[in-house]
Amino acid sequence: MNTQVISSDRPPFELHSDDRAAIEHDMTHYADPRAASIDALKIVQKRHGWVPDGAIYAIGEVLGIPASDVEGVATFYNLIFRQPVGRHVITICDSIGCFLTGYEDTVAAMKKQLGIELGQTTPDNRFTLLPICCLGACDKGPVLMIDEDTHGNVAAADVAKLLEQYA
Amino acid sequence: MSAVSANAGELRPLTYRLKIGEPLLDLKAFEAQDGYAAMHKALKEMAPADITQVVKDSNLRGRGGAGFPAGVKWGLIPMGPDAPAEKYLVCNADEMEPGTFKDRLLMEHLPHQLIEAMIIVGYAVQAKHGYIFLRGEYIAANERLNNALAQARAAGYLGQNILGSGWNFDLNVHAGAGRYICGEETALINSLEGRRANPRSKPPFPQIAGLWGKPTVINNVETLSNIPHIVLRGADWFKGLSQGKSTDSGTKLYGASGRVKRTGVWELPIGTTGREILEEHAGGMADGYELMCWLPGGASTDFLLPEHLDLPMDYDTIMKAGSRMGTGLIMAVDNKQNIISVVRNLEQFFARESCGWCTPCRDGLPWSVKLLQAIERGEGQQGDIEVLEQLTRFLGPGKTYCAHAPGAMEPLQSALKFFRPEFEKGIKSSV
Repeated sequence: MNTQVISSDRPPFELHSDDRAAIEHDMTHYADPRAASIDALKIVQKRHGWVPDGAIYAIGEVLGIPASDVEGVATFYNLIFRQPVGRHVITICDSIGCFLTGYEDTVAAMKKQLGIELGQTTPDNRFTLLPICCLGACDKGPVLMIDEDTHGNVAAADVAKLLEQYA
Repeated sequence: MSAVSANAGELRPLTYRLKIGEPLLDLKAFEAQDGYAAMHKALKEMAPADITQVVKDSNLRGRGGAGFPAGVKWGLIPMGPDAPAEKYLVCNADEMEPGTFKDRLLMEHLPHQLIEAMIIVGYAVQAKHGYIFLRGEYIAANERLNNALAQARAAGYLGQNILGSGWNFDLNVHAGAGRYICGEETALINSLEGRRANPRSKPPFPQIAGLWGKPTVINNVETLSNIPHIVLRGADWFKGLSQGKSTDSGTKLYGASGRVKRTGVWELPIGTTGREILEEHAGGMADGYELMCWLPGGASTDFLLPEHLDLPMDYDTIMKAGSRMGTGLIMAVDNKQNIISVVRNLEQFFARESCGWCTPCRDGLPWSVKLLQAIERGEGQQGDIEVLEQLTRFLGPGKTYCAHAPGAMEPLQSALKFFRPEFEKGIKSSV
C-alpha cells in the first residue's frame, strides 16, 4: 500500500537568485502579482526540469499567495511538471488532425524505440513521452515537439533518426 | 484614402505582406509597407468612438469562431469620464482548436500587424494595458512578438503619451502552460490572473467585469489583425472584400488539413465555398482517398457531407446547414477512416481537456468515450446509441458554464445524424 504522509515540514528548496529576479520582473507586468504564477512555475521548471515541492512554497512567498494556490495552478496546466522528467520531453499531438494523418503509427514507433509508454521516462533519463492536444500545425501532421522544437510530418520511419538529434 | 497605394493589400489585407521564407519584417520594413499608418491615423485624426463606429459599420465578425461583431463588443465597454480608469485589452492567441493553424501564421510572420491592431483597439476603448494570451507551445511566435514589442516600444508606439495623444498603453505577451480550455474567454481571464482556468459565469460579461474585475475586451488574433486595414481603408472597402460571395464582410483565413493534396492556409473572400477551398486551393483529396465528411472549422463544429461543399463558408450559411463555420479551417475526413474511431478520438480530446468544473461535462464526456470505444470494438450494448443521443442533450447548450461540452457534442450529434448505420453496426445483436 502506498501511504502518503502529509507533513507540515517544508521540503528544502532554494530559489535561485536569478529566478527570483525574473519572477519579480514578470510581476511588474500585472496589477496583481498572482498573475505571474504560471511564469514563475515556468522559470523554476526551466532550471530544474520540473517543479519540486519546495519550489511551490518558495513561489508562493515571492508572489504573496498561499502555497496551496500555487499547487492548484501547477497541477492544472499540462506543461508544468510536478514530477521529474527526462532531459528531453517529447509531446506528441493526438488530436483529430494528426489522428487522420496517422499519428498512432508514429506513437507506436516512438514507444518501441524508447521502450516506454506514454507518460513514462526512459530508464537512462533521456526522454519523457507525453501526449498533447493539437499543436496548431495540422498542415504538417503527424506533429510533435521535442523540448522547444516543433517537428512536422513525422512518419513512423523517421522516429529513430529524429531522436538521435537529442542526446 | 488616396495616400494609400493600390496593391494586393486591397484584396488580401491580412497576408499581402507575408512572404514565407523571407526575413521577418522588422518595424522599418513593415512601415515601408503602410505598417503603423493606421495607428498614426487613429491616434492623430480619430476619436475613440470614431474607431468603434467604423468597425461597427464594417460588420467585422469575430474570427475566433463565434462570429460576434467586434464593434458591438467594444461598444459595451464603459466610456467617458465616469468609466473605470483601468480597462484592459486581451488578444486571445491561445490557438488550440484542433484543425486550426491560422493565428500561428499571422503571429510568426506579421507580429507588427497584431501589435499595431492592439494599439488602435486599446485607444478605441481607452485601455490601460493589453495582453497577448499566447499558448505556451508557440515558441517562435513568442520570441517574434516580444522582439516586435521591443521595437514598437523603442519607437514610442507603446508607453506614455503615445504620439502625443495623452494616452498611455503598454502590451505584454502572456505565455500559457497548456490546456485547451484557456481559449474560452472567461477561463482565459482566470488563467491570465494566475488561477486555474475554470470558466466564469456570464453575466457579468468581460466587457463589464473581466480581468481583475475591470472592463475587458477580448478578441482573436485574426479579428484584431483586420483592424488597421479597416481604419485605413474604411468600412465600405472592407464590406466589398467578400466580392458578393456573402453578406459577411472581409476576407477569411481558410485552410485545409487531413488527407488532401496540399494542406495550408489561404486568405480568401469570406463566403468562398468549401469546394473552392478543398478542390482549388488544397488540390482535392490525396490520391487514393475520397472525402467522406468534413469539419468546417475545428473539432467543436458539426460534420458536414460532400453535398454541403457548394455552400458559401460564412457564419450564417454554415449555421443554417446545421454546423458552424468556427475557425474556417476545414478538416477533411477521408473514406478510409472509421467514423466511429474519428468521433471517439474527438470525444477523447474533449474529455481530457474538460476542466472538470461542471458535472455534465466532467462526467458526461468520459461516458461518451466509453460508449464509443465499445461501439468501435463491436461490443456496444442495446441502448448505447440512445444514451449517446441523450448525452448530446444533457451536455448541450445551457447545461454548463461554458461552451466546451456543447462544442464537444457537435461532432457527435452530427455523426449520429449522418452515419447512424455505422453506429448500429457496433451494437451486439440481442441474444
